[in-house]
Amino acid sequence: MVQSVKTDSTDEKALLKGLAVNDRKSVETIYKLFYNMVQTLIINNNGSADDARDIFQETVIVLYEKAKSGSFELNCQLKTYVYSVSRRLWLKKLQQQQKYIPNLIGLDETVPVEEEVDNHSLRNSEFQMMEKALLHLGEPCRSLIEAFYLQKKSMTDIASHFGYTNADNAKNQKYKCLMRLRKLFFAELKNNDV
Amino acid sequence: MQDVQLLDAIERFLRGEMSPEEMASFEQLRKSNPEVDEKVVEHTMFLQQVDQFADWKNFKSTLHDVHNHLIESGDIKEAPRATVIQIWRKYKRVMAVAASIAGITTLLIAGMATYLNQKKTANDLQKLRGEYKSEIARKANEIKKDVQDRMPKGPENQPVKFNGTGFLVDGKGILVTNEHVVSGSSTVVVQNNKGQEFRSRIIYTNKENDIAFIKIEDADFRSVGPLPYGIRKSSTELGEQLFTLGFPREEIVYNEGYMSAKTGYNGDTLSFQIGVSANPGNSGGPVFNKNGEVIGIINSREKAAEGVVFALTAKNIFRSLEEIKKDTAFQNIRLTLNSSIRSMDRVQQIKKIEEAVFMVKSY
Repeated sequence: MVQSVKTDSTDEKALLKGLAVNDRKSVETIYKLFYNMVQTLIINNNGSADDARDIFQETVIVLYEKAKSGSFELNCQLKTYVYSVSRRLWLKKLQQQQKYIPNLIGLDETVPVEEEVDNHSLRNSEFQMMEKALLHLGEPCRSLIEAFYLQKKSMTDIASHFGYTNADNAKNQKYKCLMRLRKLFFAELKNNDV
Repeated sequence: MQDVQLLDAIERFLRGEMSPEEMASFEQLRKSNPEVDEKVVEHTMFLQQVDQFADWKNFKSTLHDVHNHLIESGDIKEAPRATVIQIWRKYKRVMAVAASIAGITTLLIAGMATYLNQKKTANDLQKLRGEYKSEIARKANEIKKDVQDRMPKGPENQPVKFNGTGFLVDGKGILVTNEHVVSGSSTVVVQNNKGQEFRSRIIYTNKENDIAFIKIEDADFRSVGPLPYGIRKSSTELGEQLFTLGFPREEIVYNEGYMSAKTGYNGDTLSFQIGVSANPGNSGGPVFNKNGEVIGIINSREKAAEGVVFALTAKNIFRSLEEIKKDTAFQNIRLTLNSSIRSMDRVQQIKKIEEAVFMVKSY
């Protein structure tokens, strides 16, 4: 069913290093190595191709976060790890949809990843709150914030692009926006805690 | 210090953009002013959050790009949904069991349906057409021979096969009776209460509903004009008084009863059950309610039980008439809806009605 993928550990370490810095090549390699395995798992367990894509991308994000934290010690094959995380994520999703879950069919070799997955979903919900806050921020604040913090453009570029007379003006505007975003984000956070 | 300036300072501090002197004074400020320090910590955390968010967003978009790119290049394929196969594999045994149960149930139901659906012509029902007793008829006719008008109209040397009852639904000579009274007959003759016979023709039969329309086609027949009774479209209530007129013998016979049940034999909704005594010859006879409206046509009784008689609802007349009217020759048939004998006493009602009730003899 799943073609056996053997990567030796030095390759895997390099791969994770690449992943940590958002290296496109590494992401592609991971995709090629594991996508079909995850897709088969999801499809065989009541999922669609879209579900497979979502779960796989979530899995890679978990991997990315782990790799970025630098404290990642992989003590099993990367494939097993990826499989375990996807499986866990999919189980969680099925649970949320309140679907009846029989035993997932597929390979049975897994490693415990509950902690990672739970952490990830916590962060995920925080990111979603941030996204929501950004959405509520409105224009031009949103574009301004995105240009500076996400696309990491320089203040002078932003000033010319948004039509501010100088970088200082843009900067002032940016700070005002940032403060509003902060307010919105913490309000969102509070809302979700209740 | 202004908030904006503070934010700027914090960001520059975090990015390491401060000169050493500035850094020192900033540290000094934090130490001396706990309020500022708190703000610095808070904002630092928030900025970290924003940074992580940015990384996450950027990584997501990389993933998205890679996904689309690899799909395009054919390195990965989106599998079609395999749920059906999957469910099949998983529930094969359950499905096999379910299928066999369904099969058995279907067979059982089909069997029961056939068993319960046996036609009304089953042995426990008896059609109420009479075997024409020629000797009795002859005697009766002898007594009536002083009635000048009476001339036999039936074919000579041919015995009457069945007799039943019919009644006019149009004064111009359209009668309704049961299909089983006239079925298989070559000639139909109707006879009124005075013993006069008229030749008639079957214009419509419906075996399903057991209803037949015949038309008197005889020069001796005079239109009776507007009919005294109407034909009731709506249904009748349980317990309502009713009466029948018919020819179980050579003489017209009156009977009284009540509405027993709204459905007929085996729950048949085209007919209803009445409590009245009926005999062979009553078939095709009208059933009236106390206002003198036709509510049904007697057609059978249950052999095994006393006084269980079934009558077709008058609605059937309307339904059949719709079909008859498709023939342009019969488009001017008009059913009477209102009864003109509503408030009369029973004897007067019968006197008016009996002219319109005929014996139907089929040869």
